[in-house]
This record gives sequence, structure tokens and C-alpha cells, in this order.
Amino acid sequence: MEAIIRARGLLKRYGSLTAVAGIDFEVAPGECFGLLGPNGAGKTSTVNMLCCVLPISEGDITIAGLSARQDQRRIKAMLGVCPQESNLDTDFSVLHNLVSHGRCFDLPKAEARRRAEALVDRFRLRDKAAVCVDDLSGGLKKRLLVARCLVNEPAIVILDEPTTGLDPQSRHQIWDEVRAMKAAGTTVILTTHYMEEAELLCDRLLIVDQGRVIESGAPKALIAQHLGAEGTLEGVFLKLTGRELRE
Amino acid sequence: MSLLGNISYRVRYVWRRNLDVSLFNWKTMVLPPLLEPMLYLFAFGVGLGAYVEKVQFHGFLTSYLTFMAPGMIAVATLFHAIFECMYGSFIRMRYQKTFDAMLTTPLLMEDILAGEILWGATKGLFAATAVLIVISLWGLASYPASLLVLPAAALAGLLFAGFGLLFAAVSPYIDNLNLPTFLFINPMFLFSGVFFPLDNLPRWLRAVAWCLPLTHVVEIMRVATFGSLRASLWGDFAYLAVLTPAVCYAAIFLMKRRLIK
Repeated sequence: MEAIIRARGLLKRYGSLTAVAGIDFEVAPGECFGLLGPNGAGKTSTVNMLCCVLPISEGDITIAGLSARQDQRRIKAMLGVCPQESNLDTDFSVLHNLVSHGRCFDLPKAEARRRAEALVDRFRLRDKAAVCVDDLSGGLKKRLLVARCLVNEPAIVILDEPTTGLDPQSRHQIWDEVRAMKAAGTTVILTTHYMEEAELLCDRLLIVDQGRVIESGAPKALIAQHLGAEGTLEGVFLKLTGRELRE
Repeated sequence: MSLLGNISYRVRYVWRRNLDVSLFNWKTMVLPPLLEPMLYLFAFGVGLGAYVEKVQFHGFLTSYLTFMAPGMIAVATLFHAIFECMYGSFIRMRYQKTFDAMLTTPLLMEDILAGEILWGATKGLFAATAVLIVISLWGLASYPASLLVLPAAALAGLLFAGFGLLFAAVSPYIDNLNLPTFLFINPMFLFSGVFFPLDNLPRWLRAVAWCLPLTHVVEIMRVATFGSLRASLWGDFAYLAVLTPAVCYAAIFLMKRRLIK
């Protein structure tokens, strides 16, 4: 199948620091694609370039045939982005966060409201719908962030560490949501530090370190290739990226 | 010029977002602009004014209260527009991450920043209107000339909101915003002819005062409420009309450079 996302020679420099040092990858429509790597590997820079919020230094990304260098608005219209750190609107209630975000996608007010109500139910936030975001627990904030990235019914969802800091219950709920997105044919890009999560959810993985791709493939295939049938993805990850502390 | 080309109708979503916040807290939006000028009018106009004989302005001899009242319109526009885009925008940019969230929608950074300026200008215009209503009820504004206050406040609102965002753009930390307050806003507040006619100042200080944007805004507001429209207003408007786009452009340019690496 024709790839929906294509990154070619993608490079990001911040002054003299090269965070992403020329990486290539393709993502097929409907695939759940995992981006793994130690802290500082260049995952978030890559994700931000995919989201068209960070300028590309060299190379290019095309999404559904559009270039991230030129068609930012049209690309952003089909993405749903769940950031690593909450940027929910602390001046608004849970429901109004969804409505207000939806309005930025040119949704008419009634439609934004309809979708917000549906997401509140789907993500079991009904009891909290009128609560100000500041008063939510960390788990509820993450849940709302994931809900919010669906308000424009995106073709591609980008989840940057969606389960970091969550209890097992909340984590499982978010996993269920990712599975539901996949079942609906949505393409998912996931970054995570939990290898179990990557193994469970991702069809294919890209392992990056120091801004470069060091391995890619399906989780099972990577384990079989590097450690044999008894191995784990965490073992593969540590074997490939080493045991030294980063940052 | 792509900076301007990147501004779209989507600015209204940013403007609307800020309006929604204000509507949720409408009391803090509505009451201070109405009550604050009353404090000044009572303290200076009524209190201090009792010791002032008459003030001369373009050949008019008026009471101190009548002289000072239109200055309060200009000050309200200044404070409400500039502080919204200094502190308000800084907080939304740095602490609330509102810009980051909006940037993941089809909005571009230019839409967000232009929306912020438009919102700051709206607050300035709202505050000016509130003061105009108060001084009109007090019988200190002459009509229909006083209606000129509204377009003047809209233009001045854009200018001061632009200044506010400009200061936010160049301040590394929120505390740094004390500096433009001390070096720019306070001197302007005191030496733009709000409280006394500039004719009393030494020649050099008068020349400095006429370089300050607030002086021109005060002049327009005062001429308008006195009902003494005169050709020199074109000069004041021209000054604002040239400075406003320049300041707003610089604010958007510098803020974008700060945020998008």
C-alpha cells in the first residue's frame, strides 16, 4: 500500500546541536508505528516536525502527498496530536477544552459541541465535564489530551508518550483507545519508553539513538533477530542502545 | 512578507478563546475598567482639582476635572491593551502553553500572535468605551465629536497591544516585564499630557513628550471630548497609523523568532 507518511533525510539542527541527523522512514495507512529511543534521541524533535510545529532543517516529510515544508495547514487539519506535556487550557472546563480545540479546526460551533459531548462519554469524563482542567488528576488530564486529539476526526494520530506517569488502570484504558483508533483505520504514531506498550500496540518500530535510525521492524521480528525466542523487546532495546545513562 | 501572508481568518479563534475566558470571569473584565477611572477622577479631578484654578487647552479655559477626564480614556486604552499582551500573552505563551496547543491545529504562529494583538486591542477599546460612558454620564463629554474616541481607541489599542506583545517577545522571564513598565509605561502615563498641559514643561521635555505615542492619543481624546475638532488631529492619527503596523509587525516577527527554532 502507498505510504501515508514518508520522511526522507530528515534532519534537525538547533544551532550547533544536531538533534535529528538524517532519518528515513515510511508509515502505511492504518499502521501503528512506534518511535523508540532513549531520552535525547531525537524522538520529540521528529514528532514535532511531523506535526508541522517545528521547521525542518534538511530533508522533507510528506503526509498524504503534502509537504510539511509548504502545506502545514492542510497537514495539521488531518492530524490529532497528543503532546508529552499537558497543554490543556487551564482557563476552561473539560468540555470547553474540547469545544474550543475543535473550533480551531473550523468546526461549526454545534458540530464542535456535538463531538465534544461524544468524546466526553467515550472517554468516561462525563462526571468531570464541567470541572476546570486545573483540578484534574494527572491520569484524567492525559485521558482528556487523548480525547482532544480526536476532535477533528484525524486520519493520523500522534501520541507522544501518552501513558507516562499513569497508573495501570489508566494505561490500559489508553491502550484500549489506541486499539479502537487502529480498528477505525486511523494511522497511529506512538512514542513511548515502555517496551511492553510498544510490543503490544505497534505493528512496526523505529529505534533511534543520537538522531539516527539504528533498527526498524516488527517487534516480534526484532526480538527473534537479536535475542531469539526467549528475548524481550526491552532486551533488544538495551542491546542496541547500550546501558549508559543519557542526559 | 510571508509573515503577513500567514495571517488568516483563523485569528478569530484565538480572539474568541480569550473572549470566552473573559466571559467566564466577566466581573473582572467589566468592573475594573468602569471603576478604576472613577478613582482617578475623584482623587485628581475632584480632590486635587479643587486647588487648580482653570486649565487652558487650545484656547479653552476649563475645570481641571474636564481637562483630566479625556486623559483617563487614553490611559485606560493604554493599560488594558498593553498589560493584556505583556502579562496575559506571556502567561499563555510560557505557562499555560495555549500557543502550543493551538499550533497543533491548522493555525500558524502568525494567526495566534495576530489574534493576541487583536484581543489586546479589544480590551483597550472596551476599557475606553467604559470610561467614555462614565465621563459622558458625568457631563464631561461633548457629542457628537466624542464618538471619535471609539476609532481612536481601536487604533491606539492595536498599537499598545503590539507594544505589549513586543515586550513579551524580548523578555526572557516574566519579571523582566517590570522594565518596560518602569521605562516606558510609567513615564508615558506621567508625561503625555494626561494630568497637566505639556506647555508647562521645559522645551526639551515637551519635544520628548510629543514623541511618546500616548501624547497623541491623549490629544485626540481631549479634542474629541471638548468638541473642538481641528486639522492638527490628522497629524496625530498619521503618527498612530504609521507606528501601529510597524510595532505589530515587529512584535509578531520577534515573538515568532523566539518561539519557532
